[in-house]
Amino acid sequence: MKILLKNVNIVNPHQKLNEKNVDILLTDGIISKIGKLNKDDIKDAEVFDLSDKIVAPGFFDMHVHLREPGREDEETVITGCNAAANGGFTEIACLPNTEPAIDSAEVVEFIRKQGLNHLVDVHVIAAATLGRKGEIISPMAELHEAGAVGFSDDGVSIKTAGILKRALEYSKMFGLPIIEHCEDESLADGAMNEGINSTMLGLPPIPSIAEDLIVMRDIIVAEYTGGKMHIAHISTKKAVEMVREAKKKGLKVTSEATSHHFSLGDDAVKTYDTNTKINPPLRTKEDIEEVLKGLKDGTIDCIVSDHAPHALEEKEAEFEKAPNGIIGLETEIGLALSELYHKKILTLEELIEKMSINPRKILNLPVPVIAEGVEANFTILDLNEIWTVDLSRSKSKSKNSPYDKRLLTGRAVAAINNKQMFYRDKFINL
Amino acid sequence: MPLKSRHLLGLEGVPKEDIQLILDTATTFREVLERPIKKVPTLQGKTIVNLFYENSTRTRISFELAEKRLSADSVNFAVSSSSVSKGESFKDTIRNIEAMKVDMVVARHSAAGTPLFLTQICDANIINAGDGIHEHPTQALLDMYSIREKLRKLEGLKVCIVGDIAHSRVALSNIYGLRTMGAEISVCGPLTMIPRYIEDLGVKVIHNIDEAIQENDVLNVLRIQLERKAREYFPSIREYAKYFGITEERLEKNGKDILILHPGPINRGVELSSGVADGLNQIILQQVTNGVAVRMAVLYLLGTLK
Repeated sequence: MKILLKNVNIVNPHQKLNEKNVDILLTDGIISKIGKLNKDDIKDAEVFDLSDKIVAPGFFDMHVHLREPGREDEETVITGCNAAANGGFTEIACLPNTEPAIDSAEVVEFIRKQGLNHLVDVHVIAAATLGRKGEIISPMAELHEAGAVGFSDDGVSIKTAGILKRALEYSKMFGLPIIEHCEDESLADGAMNEGINSTMLGLPPIPSIAEDLIVMRDIIVAEYTGGKMHIAHISTKKAVEMVREAKKKGLKVTSEATSHHFSLGDDAVKTYDTNTKINPPLRTKEDIEEVLKGLKDGTIDCIVSDHAPHALEEKEAEFEKAPNGIIGLETEIGLALSELYHKKILTLEELIEKMSINPRKILNLPVPVIAEGVEANFTILDLNEIWTVDLSRSKSKSKNSPYDKRLLTGRAVAAINNKQMFYRDKFINL
Repeated sequence: MPLKSRHLLGLEGVPKEDIQLILDTATTFREVLERPIKKVPTLQGKTIVNLFYENSTRTRISFELAEKRLSADSVNFAVSSSSVSKGESFKDTIRNIEAMKVDMVVARHSAAGTPLFLTQICDANIINAGDGIHEHPTQALLDMYSIREKLRKLEGLKVCIVGDIAHSRVALSNIYGLRTMGAEISVCGPLTMIPRYIEDLGVKVIHNIDEAIQENDVLNVLRIQLERKAREYFPSIREYAKYFGITEERLEKNGKDILILHPGPINRGVELSSGVADGLNQIILQQVTNGVAVRMAVLYLLGTLK
């Protein structure tokens, strides 16, 4: 079928593309014409009037937990992909803290099969060590061949510097990154960030140095091995400063920040709402300021959701007992536009780099090109729509989010990929 | 004048007038406890559940006595004898208890924040009897009552809380309550047991026990919880007792009349020597008696709110 995306602005910094007020004609999901189109071109086309909307290369979230296999009651590959499309993403990468962990080619293939034919492409980040136990490195060559795009012990740091060194050396053969959750176990048996709030709330504290120490270790081992290191969900001032220094030295170190670590601080925990229990924990104002600075100066390469679905009954518990994490795929773009673009931390181009281009570069995946003859892989944004988060409309199987009823400015209005379009709550075959 | 809140979750933010009202009301009930028949009909027909998710003997008995002396019907719910051991969630347990039509819940739990959670899932008046390492408001109220009874005031007094501040719910409630009433608060203990940001609460940190004795009018000495993880925060009981224990020699050396409180149970020879625990400076057993009166006051004031 033919569809016409009318009066859009195309922005793709990867192609240095910035075209205002043009039409895009898609024929069976392929870009058949860009520009001002004449009547013959658009005959039989379904018209979408998208005045002032932005067409960008499809957004990519490289930190998503899909819970399948193991906890299909919380999320499946399909429901996670539905949430991703609803949130405006065309591709995601899922992390390996499943049951069993993604440490064999069979599990990688299983997940990829579950996501087949969906609008959203699922890329798999496999475990760096067997069972994520930090003892024996995973069969990375085989995992790579099965389609894994990176390795991580997700949820924990690779246990020892010795195993980390081995993992970085081995993964270097495939040019794939080691993605580290940075947390020193001996300092991390708490429920929230250590600060005046943890003291006043009587919640066991996690000091910021739990993250800093592992970031420091990881940078040192990355420098020594020359391996590719990606710091997941960076959240402390010191950690951002260390990654900035590492980048100045030219090391292969990259980092990501979650949308909650730049939009919520540890004051939010005062309600004991278990949807503010996240790991790494919500931090202080100074940490948030440094994360924003890191996003602005390029220390932080990507924005992610760390989408972590949990069953209602598990979150409806005593704060100290509740599991860590929140869902985020459907609020991430709104939060990034509200807190980063509208507050002039990032330009639109920089935001697209962090939510579309950089994740693919880190995982060695091709960046979608917007040109005639190419299959469409777009995220379409309305930068100015003011909307209220309504969790009851989430496509995720879980509803654990602290953002219900939050007013946001800007959202994704459509996602197009794999000859499908998600628009106004529906999938349309193109 | 009624209390501002229908729950007592902690002393953070509780206004001076409310604390004053509770302490004054407790004075009335303290007198009841001296009568031959120690019972008033004030809460007749009210049902109170003592929900204890954590072992406690004295706090539970103190609440239970307070409830009985106000003629309320009270039921004890202890974790070992409950459906929790059968895997029921906290929320389901509360919903079930509420369905039995209770008016007030006295809750003790090992996790901070559970009393607030209770107010969100149930309609009864909630009284926090200790939540994790957060607050234990009735303990602080009875401490304040006992200090006021002995020294006739709270305003301007210098009070030092001694021991494991980081793992104590008594410390935080004392800090909030006593500061509201105009006292000056310091804490003293090994640095591993002092929360890193405690000074932001307007509290002075002292590392030397002799200094603490010299500078203060009152010492509220906390129990070192030998049975808990807290044990890992200092090298040995011997070292703790030697450098932070209150002994007669120490009191004599500093030549100062000082009031000593302890929430009990005491580790004799650790935080207090036997001589001090039984000596003239301490009011430990008065605290226990006053505890019943203070809890009667809290139950009465909340239970009769319109």
